[in-house]
Amino acid sequence: MDSHRDQIDSPADSTVVARGIVKRFGDLTAVDGIDLEVEQGTCVAVLGPNGAGKTTTIEMLEGIKQPDAGEIVILGRTWQHDARAIRERIGVQLQETEFQDKLKVYEILRLFDSFYAADADLSEIINTIGLEDKREAFVKTLSGGQKQRLSIGCALLHGPEILFLDEPTTGLDPQARRRVWEVVERFKANGGTVLMTTHYMEEAERLADLVVIVDKGRVITRGSPAEIIASLGAESLVRFSLIDEDVRVLAEDELLAMEGVSAVRYEGADIVLSVERTQAVIASLFRVVESRRLRLEDLRTHRPTLEDVFVALTGRHLRDG
Amino acid sequence: MARLDEIRELTRVRVLSFLREPEAVFWVFMFPMVMAAVLGFAFRSGKPEPSTIGVVASEALTATLGASEAIDVESFETFEDAHAKLRRGAIDGVVEEGEFGALPKLTFDPVRAEAVTARLRIERALSDDLDEPIVATEELTEKGSRYVDFLFPGLLGMNLMGTGIWGIGFAIADVRRRKFLKRMLVTPMRRTSFFLSFMLSRLVFLILEVVLLVMFAAWVLGVPFRSDAVSFGVVCLLGALVFAGFGILVASRARTIEGASGLMNLVMMPMWLASGVFFSYERFPDALHPILQLLPLTALNDALRNVMLDGDSVLSLGKELTVMAAWCVASFVVALKIFRWE
Repeated sequence: MDSHRDQIDSPADSTVVARGIVKRFGDLTAVDGIDLEVEQGTCVAVLGPNGAGKTTTIEMLEGIKQPDAGEIVILGRTWQHDARAIRERIGVQLQETEFQDKLKVYEILRLFDSFYAADADLSEIINTIGLEDKREAFVKTLSGGQKQRLSIGCALLHGPEILFLDEPTTGLDPQARRRVWEVVERFKANGGTVLMTTHYMEEAERLADLVVIVDKGRVITRGSPAEIIASLGAESLVRFSLIDEDVRVLAEDELLAMEGVSAVRYEGADIVLSVERTQAVIASLFRVVESRRLRLEDLRTHRPTLEDVFVALTGRHLRDG
Repeated sequence: MARLDEIRELTRVRVLSFLREPEAVFWVFMFPMVMAAVLGFAFRSGKPEPSTIGVVASEALTATLGASEAIDVESFETFEDAHAKLRRGAIDGVVEEGEFGALPKLTFDPVRAEAVTARLRIERALSDDLDEPIVATEELTEKGSRYVDFLFPGLLGMNLMGTGIWGIGFAIADVRRRKFLKRMLVTPMRRTSFFLSFMLSRLVFLILEVVLLVMFAAWVLGVPFRSDAVSFGVVCLLGALVFAGFGILVASRARTIEGASGLMNLVMMPMWLASGVFFSYERFPDALHPILQLLPLTALNDALRNVMLDGDSVLSLGKELTVMAAWCVASFVVALKIFRWE
């Protein structure tokens, strides 16, 4: 607790600090006591399924929504006292902002530039977001990815210290997604601090130094992507199903009895094993299946991902909502 | 100055997005001109319209009636045929031959002004003794007394109301629906600049709109313009501000375009009918006049007619200006209080 207090008092070290923030909508508690801290120059990703409270959390940090309880300090200041000063120093990309169709890229950037005390070099911003060819294009002619980069451009043009991104690549195709990631990575490389929400584990793994996994308004685990994946205690995951047989004929005990299997999960027609020594487990799996005269189908192994951690912790997938 | 910068940019964006919507440009600029031209044409003065009479009678009677310049005769075989047309208002009355030497019989609707006129013209045409005038008359040909002269200031007032409420109401509902408003609110943009940009863009269009419409009315329709520029300018400006306030007010809570649009119609409909756009509100019962005069569009139309047609000074319009100013302040105060930012 004391160390937190110190950080709140010294804005140089802490950029975003949230403690015990709560938001209720009627009977629903959307955010139920979340703590967050973002160190300068790092990227923190809040990962969770739809409805986990990610957007509500980030919107409280952005000063859009008022928490019902808890404390938020941004760059050593609070929204109650210094809202304008904070807004000058942060950049925000909201989920689902629609720009006006009949405005041009350059006009929108110039509009947003006029809101800030700092004067931006708009040509440089246009280069950063890779819209050089679209400078005079109407918004309605932009693709989803281009619109999203324009949106991030509006959040970057005044040289913010912190960039807030709310699901920046939702609905984009893989290539468009990578281009958005490149913009964020360039911002980070120049010393920027990023707080983002996402329900894509690849996004969190690629961009984030620290991942905070939330579900039902609470933090269920946090750490670097590597630490979180390691917490699963598995070298890999082995997934398979059986031909003409319900996978449940292989009892959990029977599988756990195999050397190196630490967890068993039934998922529809599949079994997923968390395993320590992949090769040995697969060898013994074949023996068990042979002896029971069962036939394996669709055997796959992969290294665990954040998604697997989420499933292990909640029994649900990130995208199940 | 960052402050002036943002007001200028917000206003520029407003103006550009309006000018890039051809439909909006049509409704603001073309529609009132077309309307004034069509209505002015339909109710043009000049030679008085003759009455159209259905006749089911002998050739002699038909010829006597037809000799009158004030009567157009249409002959029918049977009374039923003529009566059918009378019911639809296509003719003003039906004259039948009197049976066995009785007087010719006129069937007409005594509450229709045109029918009453037709009756007087028929009586005059059939009477030999009335050739001598009973009253001395002088014909009024002065500009400013035709229907289109009455109509045009009303249309101008209606247009100021429509562009204010629609222009601002839709624009606000639209930026809110797109979450563009929310996006701007996470910047240091000042909320007052946001509102000011709407007022300023209204002002830009007000000037274009009023100048274009007045030039059209003066040159094409020959509507007189007797006002001094200051009086006319003050009345238009105050009118635009009142309805800008209404525009912000109707959009202050609406989450959807449809919601805002319903409210706009609710606000405007009574004023279209009762504020003396197409016909004078004096046609409503006397007891209602004080209430109708409290409507902002009534005040604006009265003020516009006074300055344009009578050349009154703005200083003589205390009552109208007070009504508009009061609505203006009230709508802004309430709108700012209940405005939904998110």
